Amino acid sequence: MKKIISIADAGKLVTDNSSVMIGGFLRCGTPAKIVDELVKNKTSNLTLIANDTCVPQYDRGKLIVNKQVKKVIAAHIGTNPETGKQMHNGEIEVELVPMGTLVERIRAAGSGLGGVLTPTGVGTSVEEGKQTFDIDGKKFIFEKPLKADFALIYATKVDKFGNAFLEGTTRNFNVVMATAADTVIVEAQEISEEPLDPNIVTIPGIFIDYVAN
Amino acid sequence: MELSKEQKREIIARRVAQELHDGDVVTLGIGIPTEVANYIPHNVNVIFQSENGIIGVGHKDLNPNDPPSITNAGGVPVTAKSGACFFDSQISFSMIRGGHINATVLGALQVDQEGNLANWMVPEVFVPGMGGAMDLVVGAQKVIIAMEHTNKGEKRILKKCTLPLTAAHEVDLIVTEMCVIEVTSEGLLLKEINPLFSLDDVLDATEADLIIPDVFMQKAV
Repeated sequence: MKKIISIADAGKLVTDNSSVMIGGFLRCGTPAKIVDELVKNKTSNLTLIANDTCVPQYDRGKLIVNKQVKKVIAAHIGTNPETGKQMHNGEIEVELVPMGTLVERIRAAGSGLGGVLTPTGVGTSVEEGKQTFDIDGKKFIFEKPLKADFALIYATKVDKFGNAFLEGTTRNFNVVMATAADTVIVEAQEISEEPLDPNIVTIPGIFIDYVAN
Repeated sequence: MELSKEQKREIIARRVAQELHDGDVVTLGIGIPTEVANYIPHNVNVIFQSENGIIGVGHKDLNPNDPPSITNAGGVPVTAKSGACFFDSQISFSMIRGGHINATVLGALQVDQEGNLANWMVPEVFVPGMGGAMDLVVGAQKVIIAMEHTNKGEKRILKKCTLPLTAAHEVDLIVTEMCVIEVTSEGLLLKEINPLFSLDDVLDATEADLIIPDVFMQKAV
């Protein structure tokens, strides 16, 4: 049985100076209620790992606007002008990572791998300062694993075993992030009293530490 | 021949649509590429993949949940067509990087005669992040660039890109309102000229060296 906690208590688990993965693709499939708690608690000096920095008025976008983030690791920051502005002013450090590489770096950390070799970014600035390998005549960039202290993820329905179902395109980064953080908290849109049908489980409960609702 | 921006975009999107075949799985970028979907003939079934986790993207959902549970990569709520499926970002990029996508259509800031593409940043001016573009260009079986031939008169089909690259040597086809250019191992091959323009118009608007088949030379004379 997993620990089921309130949204407010979930927010309190995340500490200043920590690295936090937040699931979601723009506004779709985000743990927005827990993130709102971080906004309320003014949890600060965070390293944010996410697909994107959302929009200024929603979810992780608010953490940027409120200057709670010291570093962002993301594939895209264009939908939140505040990220670019703070980057330009030197208030925030931004590491831009190709989306497929970001996924695989997180997967590597969560899967016990020492990194990944990808052709993405060869011949571009992404390659600078990184080791490359020639595998059967094709060039690959070595990318390191990426883990975090916390992962805040979303799920549509979660049972008491932590097994989670995610509908539609809410899956995005939530699935891989569940594997790669010391403490994984899922924001359940709905908690199922009955165990989920094993056939529909998107994220096995083994990866989940807390279910928040 | 002076075309409006809308006319140019339509010409480009219509022409790119002809490159997509029945049964193709295709990932579209934002801007002109998104409009390509509007010009696929009804008897041709092109299946659209969106990097955020869906194959079988339908139309814009006018009555979505809030926050939405099905969107395209631009965050717009969409419907899922019959036969669609959902997946997480890791599977999405296995499809994209792993060569399972038949074609991608993307916009460009610059392309060059070596098939290099620059479409993700202008240093100090425009730094939104590469998103999934670098993976798409490296992994898709065919990379089609859909773009206006010049940017307010400034040439952008160049001998060598000056902006930071998205990928090196990956572009296969360039479609503009003026012409269609294929990237070959010998260089840029001029395949078609829009009859609204002359060969000289194309050459004047292009910095890159073009390989010009005899048929266009004869027409020019």
